[in-house]
Amino acid sequence: MPLIEAKNLSKSYGAIRAVHAVSFSVDRGEVVGFLGPNGAGKSTTMKMLTGHLRADEGTAVIAGFDIADQSVQAKQHLGYSPEGAPAYGEMTVREFLRFAADLRGLANPAESVRKTLELCRLGEVAAQTIDTLSKGYRMRVGFAQAVIHDPEVLILDEPTDGLDPNQKFEVRRILKEMAARKAVIVSTHILEEVGELCTRVIVIAKGEVRCDESRDKFLARGSDLNAVFRQLTA
Amino acid sequence: MSSSEQPSSPGLKPFVAILRREFAGYFRTPLAYVFLAVFNAFAVSLAFFVGGLYESRVASLDRFFLYLPWLWAFLAPAAGARLWAEERRQGTIELLLTWPITVWQVALGKFLAAWLFLACALLMTLPIALTVGYLGDPDWGVIASGYVGSLLCAGACLGIAAIASALTRSQVIAFVTGFLACFVLVLVGYGVFDDLLTGLLGPAAVDEFRRLGLWRNLEPFTLGLIDARPTAYFLTVAFAGLGLSTIIVERR
Repeated sequence: MPLIEAKNLSKSYGAIRAVHAVSFSVDRGEVVGFLGPNGAGKSTTMKMLTGHLRADEGTAVIAGFDIADQSVQAKQHLGYSPEGAPAYGEMTVREFLRFAADLRGLANPAESVRKTLELCRLGEVAAQTIDTLSKGYRMRVGFAQAVIHDPEVLILDEPTDGLDPNQKFEVRRILKEMAARKAVIVSTHILEEVGELCTRVIVIAKGEVRCDESRDKFLARGSDLNAVFRQLTA
Repeated sequence: MSSSEQPSSPGLKPFVAILRREFAGYFRTPLAYVFLAVFNAFAVSLAFFVGGLYESRVASLDRFFLYLPWLWAFLAPAAGARLWAEERRQGTIELLLTWPITVWQVALGKFLAAWLFLACALLMTLPIALTVGYLGDPDWGVIASGYVGSLLCAGACLGIAAIASALTRSQVIAFVTGFLACFVLVLVGYGVFDDLLTGLLGPAAVDEFRRLGLWRNLEPFTLGLIDARPTAYFLTVAFAGLGLSTIIVERR
């Protein structure tokens, strides 16, 4: 059974067709790079997968649970970091993670918070309010709330956006550490991340899947990935 | 971390977490203390200087409760503006809607926290009741029912404020729309629209219309009567507002 299944997802905003009939599935151990130009429908697809947006047509299944009909069960198996890693800026990192742990009803919230702070190397800023953190730390906080319950499914919308090379390396390191046990979708428009992070690539443009193949096959399309990307998304 | 940490049965934990975070949220900024101080100053000044509580030489708080709907019309939208608008602005609504908790649990937790905050404001006016008790011999039952009515009235204003907050990402717009809507409900109770309505609908309809206002429903409480009809009125407005705002959030 795949851990993530997108079945014929479609969404329109008024007359604008944002996502049209997108289908794919992701198994345990896969890290799918979700590529596409800005406005291609990446975020909209992720929002439908995670239950933030209702799909006009089609549905998503997370760990066997339908995101619309069994949303609470589906969301228990899901960790999601939205674009820009939103968080309650007035809370400290520790308070925020504790809140996330309590909201998820974790059996031992204090222990989960401690482990997550360690995993995401957030210990030194744990007592700082999130508003005062640098962008790199803030993105890591967003990531931390998504993994605090050690979910089987991880969906990250541009987790490395705006980070410096060291911070990007750090996020990729954490992701690689846990990827084998999970089904992961990472959206990005940084093509170099594909080779380092992903096992599979889905390219989306104008709301449609343009290509869905293994990393090696994608990389074999040409040495100039930018040209490949332009051609696929034209 | 292991998968064994998957929640078994979260029960009330998530709901309590929301309630606690929201309530504490009011006191994270100095704004809450400013509002509490303003509310208190106005509640007491209106009762003494406009209502003539002291000059009346009657040991009763009806002149104090009389002006509370005006204050709720202001304070409830101020407390309620952040309910959803702030979540939208910060983008955290996306977290709330993708965490394993229903929108209804979130909405109820937020609403009760705001109501509790307003209850704190009301509680801070207790010295005025004690003063009346010191100076005279008031009917404490009447005072208690006045407080109950005022709290219910606050809930009704908060219900309206919740709708306003669900509709926008700007706290300022949420506050102003909420305030205007509550303000109209206060005016209705005072019969401001009576002349207009008598011409349109006849005098019988006017009295019914007045019953839709806040003051008409609070009045019996200040006389020591806890009636079913005004109680139902306040609770209906409060929970209809809560329900409608939740549906708005869910549909977006």
